[in-house]
Amino acid sequence: MTPIANMQLETAIHPEGLKRVVIEPITRVEGHGKITLLMDEQNQVKQARLHIVEFRGFEKFIQGRPYWEIPVLVQRLCGICPVSHHLAAAKAMDMLVGARKLTPTAEKLRRLLHYGQTLQSHALHFFHLASPDLLFGFDAEVAKRNIIGVIQAHPAIAVQGVMLRKYGQEVIRVLSGKRVHGNFAIPGGVNKKLTKEDRDYLMKDLDQVLEWSKGAVDIARGIYTGNLAENASFGAFRSNYLSLTAPDGSFELYDGGLRATDANGQRIFDQVNNDHYLRHIHEEVKSWSYMKFPFIVALGNDDGWYRVGPLARINNADRMPTPLAEEERRRFAAMGEGGPVHATLAYHWARMIEMLYAAEAIRDLLDDPDIYGDDLLTQGERALEGVGVIEAPRGTLFHHYVVDETDSVVKANLIVATTNNNTAMNVAVREVAAHYLDGQELTEGLLNHLEVAIRAYDPCLSCATHALGKMPLEVELLAANGNLVDRLVRNADGHCEEK
Amino acid sequence: MTSSFFLDGKEIPFKEGQTVLQAAMGAGQYIPHLCWRPELEPHSSCRLCIVIISGKPFSSCTQPAMEGQKVECNTPKLNAMRRAVTQLLFVEGNHYCPSCEESGNCKLQATAYHVGMQDSHFPHQFPIRERDSSHPRVNLDRDRCIRCETCVRASRELDGKNVFAIHGRGIKSRLAVNSPTSLLKDSGISPDDMAVKLCPTGALTVKRVGFEWPIGQRIYDKESLATIELREYANQEAVHG
Ligand code: SF4
Ligand code: FES
Repeated sequence: MTPIANMQLETAIHPEGLKRVVIEPITRVEGHGKITLLMDEQNQVKQARLHIVEFRGFEKFIQGRPYWEIPVLVQRLCGICPVSHHLAAAKAMDMLVGARKLTPTAEKLRRLLHYGQTLQSHALHFFHLASPDLLFGFDAEVAKRNIIGVIQAHPAIAVQGVMLRKYGQEVIRVLSGKRVHGNFAIPGGVNKKLTKEDRDYLMKDLDQVLEWSKGAVDIARGIYTGNLAENASFGAFRSNYLSLTAPDGSFELYDGGLRATDANGQRIFDQVNNDHYLRHIHEEVKSWSYMKFPFIVALGNDDGWYRVGPLARINNADRMPTPLAEEERRRFAAMGEGGPVHATLAYHWARMIEMLYAAEAIRDLLDDPDIYGDDLLTQGERALEGVGVIEAPRGTLFHHYVVDETDSVVKANLIVATTNNNTAMNVAVREVAAHYLDGQELTEGLLNHLEVAIRAYDPCLSCATHALGKMPLEVELLAANGNLVDRLVRNADGHCEEK
Repeated sequence: MTSSFFLDGKEIPFKEGQTVLQAAMGAGQYIPHLCWRPELEPHSSCRLCIVIISGKPFSSCTQPAMEGQKVECNTPKLNAMRRAVTQLLFVEGNHYCPSCEESGNCKLQATAYHVGMQDSHFPHQFPIRERDSSHPRVNLDRDRCIRCETCVRASRELDGKNVFAIHGRGIKSRLAVNSPTSLLKDSGISPDDMAVKLCPTGALTVKRVGFEWPIGQRIYDKESLATIELREYANQEAVHG
């Protein structure tokens, strides 16, 4: 592994005369991703970049809207983790109405919603999107390497994935009224009380959910440690990590302060108040990508990039608040031999530890009498600016709003998890390109190696483009003069053809 | 002696001076309507209450009930017209139901469901309209205004004020505020005004309370528009006769 991940392939020194390979998934609305490679005559990779078109224009779109509309409006950013945007925006709105501390009932119910979201999102990713690669191999036959293949070869696993996701969605539905795009969090609290019947309904399947979640960690751990040498080095690189942690340093998804650690596990900052994120995180613009590149100010834009999401959170946490997840975290942490675990593929394992945590945390909340409380709303001294930070399934999510005296949003800044991981995903692409594609004739299996690396980060575009595990890809090999040399198309049915 | 007419073949009794719509509602027969309110003078602008009498179309909210007349109302043709009229109301404004705080409590949305509207059908006009958020308690979002003039009439007839008026004509017409600055903050509006309460859309709302009604407990989540409207009419009749 390189000492700190190499930035070498970010920009070719002499791009002229290189062949350009474009890997462009056909996407729907959530995002549009594209990988470009520049290769010389010997197929040596000289430059590798991941480009993502992110939610451009959204910050502009919400200008002028009343603040109480924002938590509902922003859910439309994403069909995949709307609850995260809903809650991050609501947290920012809490600040506007002076609700710096919610009532215990409101906070616990919001947590319940968030853990339901984490559970369903992680189950979807691991079982539907990632498991085909992990169970069959990165260059296994395409016809098999999809969720249908998983259903055929490992029916029990496939069913668990579906049921776990469904349970998470039920938590969301019970609280927010709909499985997708409901509403629950409002400035200063929540709009609905939980009934005893709702609680009993959710409790009914929980033992099974816990059991399956434990099993999922076993699967993820087994896959990772089963081929440790390769899994630990595939797309692996040293990096900094950013996440929220609780004031006592333990794992946290809903609230807490920002913690950043370096590649050796040393603190860069800790318990940074969400309001002060701009003092520590800046964003760099690069000409070749619409997506910005956030970095830790103290380290500068070259070295300050970091990773977020399950790997960052598990690396950063001193402990998990629930016993089963803590046991698994310890096993995971042992892999780091005193420092953070840097492997890209360790994301899957970390993600499943988080899913287990979510299941345990849901159980604890359902056993907590506070969740039946009537005291749902609070407010205090009004403010014109609010920041909400939350750990979305994919990583740290920042929502920042400024309103005017008429309650209208005048400024908004959103940093989504996928943006936080922008540099990291680019580094992963470069690592894989350098190690697996260099000097090779491109095949579908090799291309899939690039996707496997990106998919580990569970970026929004991943879900958006291959809900069935078959990302339609088009790769063009162009000569330096722009002439098409070769074109490889992988159809939505997973089949490759030269065109 | 009570008189009666026939609504789609059903005998409907009426009292002297009642309109077809009033008599039908009184008899438990819902006729879709948006600009009509039992407590206000009829306005006859939305055309949803359209019926056919002797082969000619009439707004039932203004058409006096007459002895023995045969009124067609719930026919496939008229229902298709109502659907088209509703679709036009949607495309003439900027109605984003998914993020609108009135969703579930909105009469325009409920009407769209009632008439079986599945899409907008007509091209969206995307008119540029100004929002007036100047008032500390009341919000006016003209994007959602269907220019039914309910607020205009309610402010005048029920609130004893004269806060609103319609300016301009046709597609360019818009709701204007009668105040020195043309802004709501300098008008006499109050969040308790009937003008605000009766607005059938999210155009006039009380500020800072949006989304406090959970999905499942909003006005039209549990009961249909027709049921609610018929009950409200019956209550109104019981009080005012
Ligand atoms: S503001 Fe409401 S009540 Fe007034 S005209 Fe517009 S839609 Fe009708
Ligand atoms: S209700 Fe009769 S025209 Fe609107």
